Amino acid sequence: MEYSVKPDQELTAGARVISFLGRMFVAVIIPLAAFFVLYRGFLFLRDSDAPRGIIALVAIVWGVGGVAGLYWIFNSLVERLPPAWAARLQPFVFVGPAMAILSWYLAVPTVRTFWISLFSRDGPPADLSLIGQITSDAFVGLSNYAAVFTEQLMLEAFRNNLLWIIFGSTTSVASGLLIAVLADRSKFEKVSKSMIFLPMAISFVGASIIWNFIYAFRPVGQTQIGLLNAVVTALGGQPHAWAQWVDISPFNNLFLIIIVIWLQAGYAMVLFSAALKGIPEELLEAGRIDGANEVQVFFRIMIPYIRGTVITVWTTVVIFTLKIFDVVWVMTGGQFGTHVIATQFYRQSFTNRNSGFGSAIAIALLIAVIPVMIYNLRQFREQEAF
Amino acid sequence: MASASRQRLLGSLFVNGVLLLLVLLWTVPTLGIFVSSFRHRNDIQASGWWRLLPYRDWQTVRSINPRELGLDSTGVMEVEGVSGTFEQFQAGILTPEGERLTWIGNRRIGNVEVQEREWTVNWNFTMDNYRQVLGGQSFEFTRPDGTVQLVPGDNMSRAFLNSLAVSVPSTVIPILIAAFAAYAFAWMRFPGRRFLFVMVVALLVVPLQIALVPILRDYRALELNGTFLAIWLAHTGFGLALATYLLYNYISTLPRETMESAFIDGASHFTVFTRLVLPLSVPALASFAIFQFLWVWNDYLVALVFLGGNPEFELVTQRMAAIAGSRGSEWHLLTSGAFVSMVLPLIVFISLQRYFVRGLLAGSVKG
Repeated sequence: MEYSVKPDQELTAGARVISFLGRMFVAVIIPLAAFFVLYRGFLFLRDSDAPRGIIALVAIVWGVGGVAGLYWIFNSLVERLPPAWAARLQPFVFVGPAMAILSWYLAVPTVRTFWISLFSRDGPPADLSLIGQITSDAFVGLSNYAAVFTEQLMLEAFRNNLLWIIFGSTTSVASGLLIAVLADRSKFEKVSKSMIFLPMAISFVGASIIWNFIYAFRPVGQTQIGLLNAVVTALGGQPHAWAQWVDISPFNNLFLIIIVIWLQAGYAMVLFSAALKGIPEELLEAGRIDGANEVQVFFRIMIPYIRGTVITVWTTVVIFTLKIFDVVWVMTGGQFGTHVIATQFYRQSFTNRNSGFGSAIAIALLIAVIPVMIYNLRQFREQEAF
Repeated sequence: MASASRQRLLGSLFVNGVLLLLVLLWTVPTLGIFVSSFRHRNDIQASGWWRLLPYRDWQTVRSINPRELGLDSTGVMEVEGVSGTFEQFQAGILTPEGERLTWIGNRRIGNVEVQEREWTVNWNFTMDNYRQVLGGQSFEFTRPDGTVQLVPGDNMSRAFLNSLAVSVPSTVIPILIAAFAAYAFAWMRFPGRRFLFVMVVALLVVPLQIALVPILRDYRALELNGTFLAIWLAHTGFGLALATYLLYNYISTLPRETMESAFIDGASHFTVFTRLVLPLSVPALASFAIFQFLWVWNDYLVALVFLGGNPEFELVTQRMAAIAGSRGSEWHLLTSGAFVSMVLPLIVFISLQRYFVRGLLAGSVKG
C-alpha cells in the first residue's frame, strides 16, 4: 500500500499539531462540503421547475456523480490514516454502503414488516416504547394472519396464485423447452429465438395493453377489432370479454396467465437452449444407434441431462408468478375473480391503508419463498471456495 | 435411401412449420399494436388492424342522388330495381346482381351509393396518434367531416424523460455500489466477510413487497416521498443483492497474478479497483446493467408506491396504466403510448442482446 509520511520524530511539535489539525480539517470539511453540495442538488431536483430535460440531466449527473464522489472521498480519508488502521477500515468503506442499503431496504424490513403485521390498521403506535406498543390496543397478535387465511378475497387470491403457478410455470417451461429443441434443429434458429425472446424487453403494463387489444370485445353483430374475438366469430363462435368473463371463473385467469407465458417463455428458452448445446453429441448418437427414436432421445437422454437447468428455470418462474402484480392490476384491477396475493397486498396496504393486514400478506409471500432461499444457501455452502 | 431423405425432409418441414407457428404466436400481438398505432383513430375503432392485408370489401362504384329521382325518404323507395325503407337502405340492400345499395349520410341530403365487392387494403397511416400521446398541452384533431377538435395531449414525452431520469441512476448507482462490495468480498479479508455474503445470498429471493410498507414510512418521515432520490435508492436497494452476487461471481474469477503484480507495484486497493477491476469486468457490468435498466424502466409497482400521486413525476408505465384505466377503449392512444414506452427498452435489448443472454446464463434472477 502506498503510504509515505516522514517519521513523526523528525517533525517539531508545532508541525505535528499543524499536521494533525490539517488532517482533522480535511477529514471534517471535505465530507461536509460534499454533503452540502449533494443536499443543494437534492433541493434543486425537488423544488425546481426547470425544463424536464435539464432536471433529468442534473438528476443523472447528481445521482451518479454523487455516489462515485462519496466513495472517492471516504477512501481518500481512510488512506490518510496510519497504515494499520487504513487496512482495517478500507474493506468497510468498500462493502459498507452496499450492506447498509441492503439492510435498510431488505434485511431489516422483514423484521419491521413482521412487527407491523402484529398490529391493527395503523401499525404500532410510534410514540410508545416496545412494551407500550405490545400492551396498547393496536396490538392484535396473530389475528391479521387468521384473516389472511380465512377472508374470502384472500382465499380467492391464493387459489388464483395456485392457478398461476400450475399453469403459468408449467406452460412457460414447456413452451420454452419446445422452442429450444425445435430451434436447435432449424436453420432459422437465430431469427426465431430472437423473435420469441423479444417480449422480455416489454413491461408488464405494455404487455397488458398488447393483450388487452387481442382480447378487445364488441357486442355480437359489431365488427370485432380484437384478434381473438375476430377469429372466434369468423369460426362461428360467440365473442367474449375473455379476461372479464366471469361465467368461466376461475378459468378467466388463464387469459391473464397467457400474457406472462408470452413474456417468460423467452427466458426459459435461452437457458434451455444453452443447456441443450452442452449435451455431448456422442451421447445422443449412442442413443439413436441403440434404436431410440427422437421422442425417446428427448425424454430419456436430454431431459435427465438438463435436469438442473429445468429446476432452476422452474423455481425462477414460480417465484416470478408468485409475485405477479402488474398484469392483473392493469388488466382487471383484481375484479372478476382475478385477485392474486400481490394485488391483495397492494389493495390492503395502500388502497385500504390497512398496513397490519398488508404486512401479514407480505410475510405470507416471504414464507412462500423461504424454501428457495434455503436451497440457495445450501448450494452456496457447498461451494468450498468462499 | 430415398425414403430416408424423404423422412428427413418431412422432419425438417415439421420442425420449421411448428417453429414458424410459435414465432407467429409470439410476434403477432406486438405487430398488432405496432400497426394500429399508425392507423387513424376512426379506422382503429371501425375495423381490425389486419385490414393491412388484402381483404374483400364494398367499394363505391357510383353514387345516386335520391332527390334527383324524386324519391320520398319517409316511405318505401325503389332504386335500381330494389325497394326498401330509409332504414333498410341505410343498412344496405343487396341487389340480385351482387351489388349493394347503401344510403350514406342523413335523410335530407344523403346519397345512395352503389357498391361492389372488391379486393382492397387499408393503408391509411398517420402520425397523429403519436403527436397526441406525446404532446403536453393540446392537440388539434381533424374529424373526417372537417371539423377541428382540440383534445388534451397525454404527456408521454414528459413521462419518457422522467423514466430516463429514474432509470439511468437506478442502473448505474447499484452497479457502482455492488462493484465495490463485490471487489471487497473477492479480494479483501475482513471480519464478518462470510456472514455478510451469506446475507447477500439469502436476500436474493426476498420479495420486495416485504419492504414497501416500512420504507414508505421512512420516506414519509424523511420527506423523501415522490422524489427521484427516493426511487433511485429503492431500486438500488432491491437490485443490490443480485448485482453484488453476480459481480462477485465475475470479479472473483479475475486472474490472481494480475492483481498481485499490481499490489507489488504499490497500487492501493482503490487504484486496483478503478484502474484494473472495473475495466476488466465490463462484460459482467454490461449484462447486469441491461438487466437492471429493463427492470427499472418496466417497473410499475415500485413507482406506484414511491412516486404515486405526483403527476409531475409520472413514469411511462404509470402514464400507460393511467390511460388504460381512464380511457381503456381509446386504442389510438393506448397503442401509440405502448409503443413509446417500449421503444427504448427494445433498442437496448436488441443491440445488447448478447450481454443480456450472458447475464441470464450467469444467473440473473431477481427476487
